[in-house]
Amino acid sequence: MSTAPDFRLPDTDGAEHGPDGVTVVVFTCNHCPYALAWHERLLAVASDYADRGVRTLLINPNDAERYPRDSLDAMRERVASEGPWPAPYLRDSDQAVARAYGAQTTPDVFVLDAERRVRYRGAPDSDHGDESAGAQWLRDALDAVLDGRDPDPAETDPVGCSVKWRS
Amino acid sequence: MLGEECLDPQAVEVREVPTDETAEREGFVGSPTIRIDGRDIAPTEGEPVGLTCRVYRTRDGSVSPVPDREDLRDALRRHHEHST
Repeated sequence: MSTAPDFRLPDTDGAEHGPDGVTVVVFTCNHCPYALAWHERLLAVASDYADRGVRTLLINPNDAERYPRDSLDAMRERVASEGPWPAPYLRDSDQAVARAYGAQTTPDVFVLDAERRVRYRGAPDSDHGDESAGAQWLRDALDAVLDGRDPDPAETDPVGCSVKWRS
Repeated sequence: MLGEECLDPQAVEVREVPTDETAEREGFVGSPTIRIDGRDIAPTEGEPVGLTCRVYRTRDGSVSPVPDREDLRDALRRHHEHST
């Protein structure tokens, strides 16, 4: 069980956030169809588990120079038009956090326990195209961690668009 | 689906768009882009050219990384009607 790197990243209002207690870290973005397809399910998890002390952090690591739709301004516009969201939307402008976590896709989900150990990593659920799948893999992982059990599975293959790395 | 529509599956050409320059030259707005005789099956306006994933809407309004199968089928049929 590896320990996840600590970080502080700014949200769309400039406030900084990082892991604190049981935390769901989601690498995501504005334009990937997989990220968009899973977005509402991930927000539902953030909302449903907030009162159990779970913090959810949405992180956009994509190269905004080549992909202006992932710029901080575009993130702000999205939150303004769709929000408020139950989780802050953070900008990883130098991609250091995404690299430190080994993020591969948008989305790529990590569940950290209170000691910042990675307890689950992968996709939110089995099918981006099925709303009823309900981010169940993520929910099961959170239930396990909150109940003091090991998630099963603890890892699935992340599914989505590749993180758009700076060249 | 091509077989169902009496079209030749061998006529499908898969082309990789590996660079920004190629994307610019091809007017490529994201993967996957499906064209029939050069015409996009789901034309968009104002989409920026680039190496990105393409967002489609299925007929039930969901976001999808691929076009709705029935939209593809309709495009194939439209093309078939216009070319015969």
